[in-house]
Amino acid sequence: MATMTVTTADDAVPHRPPSAGLSTPQIWGILLLAPYALVFLAFVVYPVCYGLWLARHPSSYVALTHDPIFARAALNTLVFLVIGINFKMVVALLLSGFFVQSRPWIKWLSVLFILPWAVPSIPTILSVRFMFNPEWGMVNHLIFKFTGEDGPNWLNDPIIALTMAIMVHIWKSLPFWTLILMTGRLAISQDLFEAADVDGASKWQKFRYVTWPSVRTLYLTCTLLSMIWTLGDFNSVYLLTGGGPADLTHVLSTLGIRYLRLDQLDLSMASIVCALPLVLPLVYFMMKRLSR
Amino acid sequence: MKLSALRLPSLQEAGTEARLLLIGIPVFIWTMLPIYHMFLFAISPKEDAFSGKFWPDHPTLHNFEIVFRQQHYFLRDFWIQFWNSTVIAVSAGALTLFIATMAAFSISRLRVPGGRFVMNLALFTYFIPAAFLAVPMYRTMATYGLLNNHWSLILAMVTIASPYAIWVLKQASDKLPVELDEAAVMDGATPLQIFRLVYVPLMMPSLVAIGTYALLLAWNEYLYAFLLLSKDTDITLPVALGNFLAADDSPWELLMTTGFIYALPPAAIYYAFRRYMVGGLTAGAVKS
Repeated sequence: MATMTVTTADDAVPHRPPSAGLSTPQIWGILLLAPYALVFLAFVVYPVCYGLWLARHPSSYVALTHDPIFARAALNTLVFLVIGINFKMVVALLLSGFFVQSRPWIKWLSVLFILPWAVPSIPTILSVRFMFNPEWGMVNHLIFKFTGEDGPNWLNDPIIALTMAIMVHIWKSLPFWTLILMTGRLAISQDLFEAADVDGASKWQKFRYVTWPSVRTLYLTCTLLSMIWTLGDFNSVYLLTGGGPADLTHVLSTLGIRYLRLDQLDLSMASIVCALPLVLPLVYFMMKRLSR
Repeated sequence: MKLSALRLPSLQEAGTEARLLLIGIPVFIWTMLPIYHMFLFAISPKEDAFSGKFWPDHPTLHNFEIVFRQQHYFLRDFWIQFWNSTVIAVSAGALTLFIATMAAFSISRLRVPGGRFVMNLALFTYFIPAAFLAVPMYRTMATYGLLNNHWSLILAMVTIASPYAIWVLKQASDKLPVELDEAAVMDGATPLQIFRLVYVPLMMPSLVAIGTYALLLAWNEYLYAFLLLSKDTDITLPVALGNFLAADDSPWELLMTTGFIYALPPAAIYYAFRRYMVGGLTAGAVKS
């Protein structure tokens, strides 16, 4: 590969100093690439190798499988990814169809709709956390006002709490994916829709035979990418439930930090290594797509 | 007959409009509620905030005064934490921009040997969830003796931001015509002169987008900041917000006020550069 990269521009340099093998632009190229290479070696290669080295003992994995919190965290992560992300992407796909309608008020709404993505997640997650506070929160006040009964203790029920964490995640990242699917929809030629109208196609048929074939690849890419990134979503769970009640709402990313806090570094790394068989194929697939 | 033919479309239009509103209104409420709730707390005295009202009986800016004057135990280092957040975000943004622009120029324009390999490695890092790298990164920073030093967070943020930055910048610079470089080389320009005089000016829109991206990423970061920094005078605002949760009787109205102040700059920056962000980043994020 390296031999093919000599550009025609090199040959045009009038007074190129006769150096051993490398041309001036290539030397500059290496110099300019060096800072990133250094960052990569020091802060990616070394930590990754160190992490894998920490997770080298089979006994760590045995300990993990005996830890019920790990099993629960793995299950929660799967629920988060499979149910949460697919739900989010379907909603994003539908909403992108709503936001491409050309109405002034929809344009304004789309500007506001981006807000969750534009503001930092910490204060908004904490805001939601207080909203669902069983005693003082706005939601239970409303429930009491309308039904005269006490609302549920939202974040103290593992299933509701995990659902809430997924909802917070969706609240935060839905605008981004909707925006991307919107650009996908807007790239479809209007002629296709007009032709479909002439043929008397229904709305569903237009979606099924015009929109979906055009955005399908984009949709799948987005779903995969969102799944990979959601594996690393620490904030939604940690700041909303802290992994509680009774460590029942952990996901892999918060569990790693929990083990770190308990000074069980090997378990922390081992729990991450356990996710790699799932992550690496997805990452490889995405790289193939994007590095073309 | 004629009348109904005239009226029918408008009825249908009203129907479509109503159905659109039926989607639009829930979307509006869903989007704004957590943000409104935060704003509501910021302008409410404690009694009003805790009574679940939709608008306080006595709206006040007193909470902001308490925060700005650091008149609470949790807020005694507010300004220095605000400063820490700013310094770290600006440094991470500038450093990412510096490293990524040079790397993209080197890979895309100078076609450095092995450039494609480095590009792929960078992309690989981009797809590994940041939280997975957090634990080994924490240990690595301890080895380098950088824990509780702002450089640890700045460098961590540069590590996380640069792969995407390099990728977007490379995509953008691949689109610049080769003839430009060739013409400059004919005039006797060195690669460094091409970089400074041709490349950087032409890439300005992408550079603005990427600088903003890295700056916001660092400003918003919680996990790494919380792992790498611990002293009250070293931490950034999000970590300080998280620390409010340590106490049972947290002053939530002050927490929300601080959170509101913390959320304003990134939102303002985002909307100011939205033109660049939407064009530069979303198009780059997913190439179908």
